[in-house]
Amino acid sequence: MIAPALAPFLAPLLSSALPPVQPPPMPDSIFALTLALLLLAPLAIAGVALINTGLGRSRSAAQSLLGSLVIVAVAVIVFAVVGSAFTGNPPGTAGGAGHSFRLAGQSWNWLGAAPFLLGGVGSASPHSQLALLFEFLAVALAALLPWGSGMDRWRILAGCAASAVMAAIVFPLAAHWIWAGGWLAQLGLNFDLGAGFLDGGGAATVHVLGGLSALAVIWIAGPRKGKFPKEGLATAMPGHNAVYVVFGCLLALVGWLAWNVAGAVLWLHAPQAALAVTAINTLLSASTAVAATFAVTHVRFGKPDASLCANGWLAGLVASSASAGLVSPPAALFIGLVAGVATPLMVELLELALSIDDPSGAVTVHAAGGVWGLFAAGLFAPQEGQLVAQLVGIAALLGLALPLLYLLFWLLNRVVPFRVDQDGERIGLDLHELGGGAYPEFVIHRDESYR
Amino acid sequence: MKYAGLLVMPAGFFLSIAALILFPAPGPRAAFVLCGLAVEGMGLAVAVRGHMQARGEHR
Repeated sequence: MIAPALAPFLAPLLSSALPPVQPPPMPDSIFALTLALLLLAPLAIAGVALINTGLGRSRSAAQSLLGSLVIVAVAVIVFAVVGSAFTGNPPGTAGGAGHSFRLAGQSWNWLGAAPFLLGGVGSASPHSQLALLFEFLAVALAALLPWGSGMDRWRILAGCAASAVMAAIVFPLAAHWIWAGGWLAQLGLNFDLGAGFLDGGGAATVHVLGGLSALAVIWIAGPRKGKFPKEGLATAMPGHNAVYVVFGCLLALVGWLAWNVAGAVLWLHAPQAALAVTAINTLLSASTAVAATFAVTHVRFGKPDASLCANGWLAGLVASSASAGLVSPPAALFIGLVAGVATPLMVELLELALSIDDPSGAVTVHAAGGVWGLFAAGLFAPQEGQLVAQLVGIAALLGLALPLLYLLFWLLNRVVPFRVDQDGERIGLDLHELGGGAYPEFVIHRDESYR
Repeated sequence: MKYAGLLVMPAGFFLSIAALILFPAPGPRAAFVLCGLAVEGMGLAVAVRGHMQARGEHR
């Protein structure tokens, strides 16, 4: 159903509405398991929020955590009001209904067609309700990821506005294409490309989208003051609390395990025998990734780097989001190894060579890690044509999502300026935006990076 | 320069879509999809280069 106001604009593009597709029946035990897992999944969001805060400065810590909270809230509200309709997860179906056009003899389902404001969700099938809950959590995490990259200079109000844009437009499009019977999901049916584009844990819809939006935010907001001085190398601005960062990694592990197993049930229709393997693969991928990052940073700097190791751990988890439900444990080890080796090198490349000031490393961890996981899922999947399906999905995300996100955020920046003024950046966003610091009993040292 | 790079990226996506329609055979189809990704990569490289130039001017 299209809102009456939008109908005249969208009507020429909507040639037909596809019939709803019934999901496979879900036994009660699997329903209970999936619901329990989804109730644990927010720990991934909590972990990421804590990591972001720890990687930022002490004078912006309260603003960072409060910002995380309100950004998640805005994403959830906007997704409930608008985004869920465009995602197309209609109650009583598996989410297959949507609007499509015909091209080259094939149907291209590109937009969801569910009621606005979660109409009829109470009478939906258990599978649809769980899918909707998964999407709520996914949109919250996707909207949160750029917040860490804009840390120490991005205003809360602008962060909320960007979150609304993500939840209303960009995430629903991707989620419909991948999870709700959209054209990427139908690549297998229409073009004999394996089982179509597969993304069990949200590597594409959450992490690649979130990472690309982080890149757009960094480009628009610019670097932190003093990060790239007129002469010499980039200034090191280490995170203020390594304990938050590492504890956030442990919290995130619980959430990620829940996320990947629930995703395997909901989006990959994995049998019971595959669920424990999915969790094992998640753990293996993260473990090899952090071990590899530990080794690389030890060799490069003489001592292991806590923040980079945390980034490596997260990159392993992100890569597993795409692949954990599809590959064997040895493949999961390899996927984590590559993610762990590449992460510290890419963080350094982005900062030192490409002038990208990304305090949380979201571009490397979530965008690059997600793309690697999606590619690896195709590489190691047993179905023929799966790799090409994954490549087409990656092409859609990079080729459409990044320009769209940049355009939307660029327009948004004209209305709600992203960047705080210079004085606010100097005194810290806690005092500037909240009127009080996160650690009022401690003396905040003068910032040596201002020169 | 950044905008030019961002405009090139959708062209790469449409190349990948064209591969699905024009090439039923797996080999040429995969090669064409890779070409589309390469075009996207070039667009991204140009956009990053534009960002670096802009940063250099504002330092």
